[in-house]
Amino acid sequence: MIHLQTDVLIIGAGGAGMYAAIEAAKAGSQVLLVDRSLIGRGGATVMAMMTVAAALGEQCPDSWENHFADTLAAGQGLCDEALSAILCEEGVTRIREMDDWKVGWAREDGHIKQAHAPGHDRPRCVYVDFLNTGPAVSKTLRGKVKNTTGVRRIGDVFIVDITVQDGVACGATGFHMESGEAVTLAAKSVIIATGGLTRLYGRNSASLNMGGDGYALALRAGAELIDMEFVQFFPIGHLAPRLVGLDPIMWDPFRYKLGGTLYNGLMETFEDNYATGPTRSDGNYVLTRDKATYAIFKEVEAGRGSPAGGAYLSFQHVPEAELRRNFGPVIDTLASNGIDLTKGPIEVAPIAHYHMGGVRVDASFSTAVPGLFVCGEAVGGANGANRLSGNGITEALAFGARAGQSAAAYAHTHMLCWTAHAAAATLDLLARRAQSRTANPAQMIAQLQALMASHVGPFRTQAKLEAALAEIDALADAVGDAPLASGLPFDAMLIDWLDLRNMVQVARSVVIAALARTESRGAHQREDFPGRDDAWTLNQVSALRGGVVELVARLPRTQLESVA
Amino acid sequence: MIVTLIVARAAAGTPSVEARFDVPFTPGQTVLDGLRYVRTHADPSLAFRYSCINANACKECMMVIDGKVAYACTTRLHEGVQHLAPLPNKRLVSDLVTEIAPPDERLFPRSQ
Ligand SMILES: Cc1cc2nc3c(=O)[nH]c(=O)nc-3n(C[C@H](O)[C@H](O)[C@H](O)COP(=O)(O)OP(=O)(O)OC[C@H]3O[C@@H](n4cnc5c(N)ncnc54)[C@H](O)[C@@H]3O)c2cc1C
Ligand code: FES
Repeated sequence: MIHLQTDVLIIGAGGAGMYAAIEAAKAGSQVLLVDRSLIGRGGATVMAMMTVAAALGEQCPDSWENHFADTLAAGQGLCDEALSAILCEEGVTRIREMDDWKVGWAREDGHIKQAHAPGHDRPRCVYVDFLNTGPAVSKTLRGKVKNTTGVRRIGDVFIVDITVQDGVACGATGFHMESGEAVTLAAKSVIIATGGLTRLYGRNSASLNMGGDGYALALRAGAELIDMEFVQFFPIGHLAPRLVGLDPIMWDPFRYKLGGTLYNGLMETFEDNYATGPTRSDGNYVLTRDKATYAIFKEVEAGRGSPAGGAYLSFQHVPEAELRRNFGPVIDTLASNGIDLTKGPIEVAPIAHYHMGGVRVDASFSTAVPGLFVCGEAVGGANGANRLSGNGITEALAFGARAGQSAAAYAHTHMLCWTAHAAAATLDLLARRAQSRTANPAQMIAQLQALMASHVGPFRTQAKLEAALAEIDALADAVGDAPLASGLPFDAMLIDWLDLRNMVQVARSVVIAALARTESRGAHQREDFPGRDDAWTLNQVSALRGGVVELVARLPRTQLESVA
Repeated sequence: MIVTLIVARAAAGTPSVEARFDVPFTPGQTVLDGLRYVRTHADPSLAFRYSCINANACKECMMVIDGKVAYACTTRLHEGVQHLAPLPNKRLVSDLVTEIAPPDERLFPRSQ
């Protein structure tokens, strides 16, 4: 067994975790940054290809309050306004700091270029060409973390549980994936920065490591989750033909740079039939994400889907030179996939893309468990019932910085409270792993993903949600409490089993919140309860009760005094 | 269509044995798609590294495919036989997994 100790332990090295590491070290803490994948490569941050929202006012006058107003509007009454305000205000500082660190935001006429993404009232979204935003952000932060004294980075460490002593977070317990050895990490404060949960769904934009580990870690540590019913589906995820080397959500920048028309399987346009609210003067791309998702789902349901079960997206109106001017090498990658946009449409469909809900925190990003902090997509509340495009990376960076500062401040005033006893249950769990020739945890994950897609997608009914809950509970029983293992180094079965253990718990938290919310709002649409019900302008909180996730509170929404 | 994946399997320090997996696929699918199919349908213990699946952003899925170093997630499956082996110039961990993290990002920094 390996035992290490530090001031601040950060779990997850995406944008949020790396920013937290930089800030915590700057505040004088020794930092240990661990990831189950390689540093800066395992999560959503490195895959993001599009834009990052911040009211820089470079393209046209802007202020963070405008961005805040758009964020609240998209969130449909459910945003935790204190968190949204941090996102919008401190996001500006972080995006400027990233510019100082030479991330390479695209420029035009001597200023940072800002694109007009849907849901924003003006051009606000920065990016790195060509579709290189996430890789550039990750690379910049990786370099910065490497050069920050006081940060030790370790990849291939899979965190299994937060370790809690007398109700206080005292570190984490996991194992080293290459050797299989157990790892215990003692820390004065712990930050969960493990990203989202979209791997729960069959069609998703997730990496392997996005099965919602952080939510399960927080639950088992005694923290609360909020807004778990709000999973954002990205309307025009790539569906067919098989496209590799590009992220499945890459059609979005194509659409707002070049237009692009959606057709149903009968080659009819249909977006206008579903559009409500303000439309843009250029007529392009009027639907926010939840409405576009709805439109495509409804067309497929009515038997008007494309052959693979989505909609067609066409750029045939765009001349080849124009395509190349805007997307350069991306056009070659498309060609290597056999896709020529001048010749025909591709097929797209809604895919699970982001999670608005997450761990409940206060404005210092601390949870109900002393010493336990959370940042990035793992935090719930800032985006309410729906997220504006571009808010994901901004939130990762802004929340990461804040959580790093808070966790460092906590570490300055608290002692290590690690005891071997606190880690015993997790070490026992790992020691119970047994080789199996019959059960296949990878197959059980696929089964859960299919269930979530068919029963807990963006359009929900009581009957489907109840059926899902029964099946999830049965699956949880089948998972049991003795890990399956291959017994080999880099134990694929053990990893899948531990993922499944987390995924069933997190799936349950999504389903119970969706079942209780008998209205439709943002990303949560109940076909049996259409329309928004103002009585539901509240946030649902869940926590573990007797080892099972239950809803524990409904919080009426309060507005921020200073900005409301 | 069917491809036969022939995978060099070994744990560190043990001789490698060839495992054969027949994998159904549709044109355009990748070696990584095939390996994930094997894990779900045939042998859940098969070890390989990947993270991002579609984006070719994580760069974790490098291996030797038909004698050449390539990304499993961007190499297409084709009918017939495809040979998969771990990277030759890295320390073998298990099956197709090698130690690829930069030395200063490892738990045991001194191992090469
Ligand atoms: C494909 C894609 C494209 C996107 N495009 C955009 C965009 O253009 N603009 C935008 O604003 N937002 C975008 N988003 C959303 C945005 O990228 C994310 O919300 C944001 O990057 C999350 O950052 P994070 O640091 O919180 O988590 P991540 O970047 O996901 O990092 C989490 C890390 O935690 C690690 N981890 C997880 N569990 C464990 C564990 N048990 N033990 C150890 N480590 C663990 C993972 O390996 C991973 O490295 C996109 C998301 C996706 C999936
Ligand atoms: S799986 Fe990420 S690069 Fe291949």
